[in-house]
Amino acid sequence: MNAEIAAILATDGLANGAVYLLAGLGLVLVFSVTRVVFVPFGDVAAFSALSLAAFEAGRTPPTIGLVATLAVLASATEVAGLLRRGETKRVGRALALWGLLPLVPCALAWLAARPGVPAPLHVASAVLLVVPIAPLVARVVFQPIADASVLVLLIVALALHFLLSGLGLLFFGPEGSRTQPLAGGTLALGGGVTVSGQVVLMVLSALVLSALFFLVFERTVAGKALRATAVNRVGARLVGIRPARTALLAYASASLLGGLIGVLIAPVTTMYYDSGFIIGLKAFVAAIVGGLTSYPGTAIGALAVGLVESFASFWSGALKDAIVFSLLIPVLLLRSYALPHGDEAEEEIDT
Amino acid sequence: MSATTLRRVLLVLVVAAFALAPLVGGRFTVSLLNDIGIAALVALGLVLLTGVGGATSFGQAAFVGIAAYASAWLTTAHGASPWLGLVFALALTGVSALVIGAVTLRLGGHYLPLSTIAWGLSIAIVFGNLEALGRHSGIASVPALRVGPWSLVDPRAAYVLIWLLVAGGLVFARNLLDSRPGRAMRGLRGGATLLASVGADAVRVRLSLFVVAALLAGVAGWLYAHKNRFVSPSPFDVRASIEYLLMAVVGGVGQLAGAVVGAAVVLLLKNALQDVLPLLSSRAAQIEAVVFAALFIALLHFARAGLSGWAVRWWQRRRPRAPATGDAALAAAPPLPRRTPPARGTCILEVDGATKRFGGLVAVDGVGFVVDAGDIVGLIGPNGAGKSTMFNLLTCTLPMTAGRVRFLGRDVTGMAQKEVARMGLARTFQHVKLRPQMSLLDNVAMGAYARTSAGVLRAGLRLDRGEELRVRAEAWRQLERIGLGRRAHEPAGSLPLGTQRLLEIARALAADPVLLVLDEPAAGLRRREKEELAALLRRLRDDGVTILIVEHDMDFVMRLVDRLVVMNFGQKLAEGAPAAVRGDPRVQDAYLGAAA
Repeated sequence: MNAEIAAILATDGLANGAVYLLAGLGLVLVFSVTRVVFVPFGDVAAFSALSLAAFEAGRTPPTIGLVATLAVLASATEVAGLLRRGETKRVGRALALWGLLPLVPCALAWLAARPGVPAPLHVASAVLLVVPIAPLVARVVFQPIADASVLVLLIVALALHFLLSGLGLLFFGPEGSRTQPLAGGTLALGGGVTVSGQVVLMVLSALVLSALFFLVFERTVAGKALRATAVNRVGARLVGIRPARTALLAYASASLLGGLIGVLIAPVTTMYYDSGFIIGLKAFVAAIVGGLTSYPGTAIGALAVGLVESFASFWSGALKDAIVFSLLIPVLLLRSYALPHGDEAEEEIDT
Repeated sequence: MSATTLRRVLLVLVVAAFALAPLVGGRFTVSLLNDIGIAALVALGLVLLTGVGGATSFGQAAFVGIAAYASAWLTTAHGASPWLGLVFALALTGVSALVIGAVTLRLGGHYLPLSTIAWGLSIAIVFGNLEALGRHSGIASVPALRVGPWSLVDPRAAYVLIWLLVAGGLVFARNLLDSRPGRAMRGLRGGATLLASVGADAVRVRLSLFVVAALLAGVAGWLYAHKNRFVSPSPFDVRASIEYLLMAVVGGVGQLAGAVVGAAVVLLLKNALQDVLPLLSSRAAQIEAVVFAALFIALLHFARAGLSGWAVRWWQRRRPRAPATGDAALAAAPPLPRRTPPARGTCILEVDGATKRFGGLVAVDGVGFVVDAGDIVGLIGPNGAGKSTMFNLLTCTLPMTAGRVRFLGRDVTGMAQKEVARMGLARTFQHVKLRPQMSLLDNVAMGAYARTSAGVLRAGLRLDRGEELRVRAEAWRQLERIGLGRRAHEPAGSLPLGTQRLLEIARALAADPVLLVLDEPAAGLRRREKEELAALLRRLRDDGVTILIVEHDMDFVMRLVDRLVVMNFGQKLAEGAPAAVRGDPRVQDAYLGAAA
């Protein structure tokens, strides 16, 4: 390996790292607010990538059907809950929120699929289209068992990934797709190294979005509510923050991040219905560096995972994923010996 | 018919049904039953890990794969006997479980399951990319098993071996749970502090459970390789691991039999879906995956106890427990060896300048006192005085910022809690830590952990019965001591809080302690219960047990103790005989706030 190859691998790693950073932020956000390790995160990214590919191929994205199905399920769950509690007056509002609101991006996507719509609108509507996915599945699957142990929530999250990727296969089929680059051109760095516009875009997006993330968390009431819920759920509830609503906000933000990741990565990687899983898992490795709670730790982890992956793929393309995952071992070792930790709370699968 | 007879009859019927199945069923049925048996072994490991240990693994199929590939490779590339393959397969599975467990188990919580996903994926990738393992096409023409002159190519012959191994696995697991290491495993969900308080190491206990689960998967993998005579990477990926977990949850992780029930239900359902779905849709395989995932989620929403949990509840409603009686064997069992107690009046605990800071807060500030053998010493103080922190410092539950603790003449500062517990310092908990599902007898027997030595293998093979009888006799004696002998077989969760506190004392006594440290034993007790507790503690003192009580109930302590140490705002305020301390104006101030 010479310096030139190393530079190419490093820029590749930086681009990967940018994606894992975004995914890691979403995972940490959802975990800290809801204690759910949101495995299906990557599926959302895959769906937005495949939606964009459908737009480019001149087809209406099948995601519309998926979102509509989920909206029906979520409305049914919500309405059933309201009826059981006898709160019939709120049924109308619930139907509007859970049934109609998610259909707005569907309608937009349907319009965007008509011929003659410019490419940037395709990108925007592909991202918007997947935003309802995480909140809707969370309403059906996680909210009814919000107080279960982390272990139960994790098992459910993993099962949910297989459910979504099964649906993904039904809706999108087994073919992989790659989309047009969002940014053309190349940027010449010194020493004959060039970087494609897409890579620059990925890194810039990650930087801008993380900055935005930080601002929202530090400066807005909604961000503070999210942080408060993450620190102490009961305490947050006592000062009038509704955990279900903050959870919804966290899932929607995560979904948005997932959507953005999808359209950013689709031009450089061929995406299949189940490609999201591996992306999500690598983001986990990054998030674990930050202990699943620290955002700066996650950023460092994301960069490390991106670089390791890119250099590992030079050594063995087939084994690169295994190499990235084995990165977990030193990280976990370091965490277990360097950091003191208290008595673990009980983890039960209750009967 | 008594409950035991009924259970025996049921067992005989089940065994007979399994014995007759290959004679009645066709080749396909037997083959399906073989698959169920192999899957049941894997699910059994998950029942142990999830239901008993409160952890889980999403990489169990990877262990199956390691064993299958190990044996397949050894028997094809080197022509070794499949029986040698079994040894090799189990060794490799065990070592990988040890390594992965040692790395992740210390962290507890969600780190283990998360890393098992990564681990499961990596293993499948490695299988698919190693030249020696045939890459994605796998290893073909693995030799079939032979037992002496018989070849097990015929599914009916394999059936016998597979189901004997399943039965062996079930019996081993059942024996294990009803033993010294098993009680510690069942105590895991009570937290690491509970186990440390009886001298057990939660990380090691969890690790041994993880390895047992992996070895069960290893046996299944070996069977799989030689039954199918072909291995390839895909049956060992994360999706397969989830399916095994689904089996465990469907069957019920609370019961060992849940593994067999779950494996049967999932594989039969899968079989049925594979028959029906192609008639309805051309995308049968996809729909099957979706149906299974949805079923799994629904189960975790509505029926987390699974089928066997439901059956057990039904059974228990119909059959109330009979009161327990001590049997002759327990009475005749020789007692466990006892420590030589220190002579009355010698100093056994010496706290010197104990200090604990939490950030800027000094919770305990330079406190020192001694406890002499044969005394009841009270450590009292108003709320927030630092009593509980002091308690945690002297039991080595928390590390000290500065100061020393000497126990039995040995400096124990900075020692692990379990080590001090092993030296003879037994404790109870302010927030009762009992395992509600375990019987009173098992809860108390857990206390004798450090006095006994049976390990997983000895327990699983029932070579521990002599020791076990002595443990049960000891637990029985301690239960009688606190007056709960008749309820020995009831679950601890059925007791009222006051009685649960007594049970914690019995568990501490089962450790044959030199010093018994009680954390607010009278909290939440009614007047009569407090009197009974005081009477019990006096009896214990008369039997030679030294007791240190941390308490804020003045009345209770005053009438009981020989000496008092009073704390306030993290510092020692006074020390001496109860009457003298009561007259101390500083103590009156602290409690009544008179001269503030």
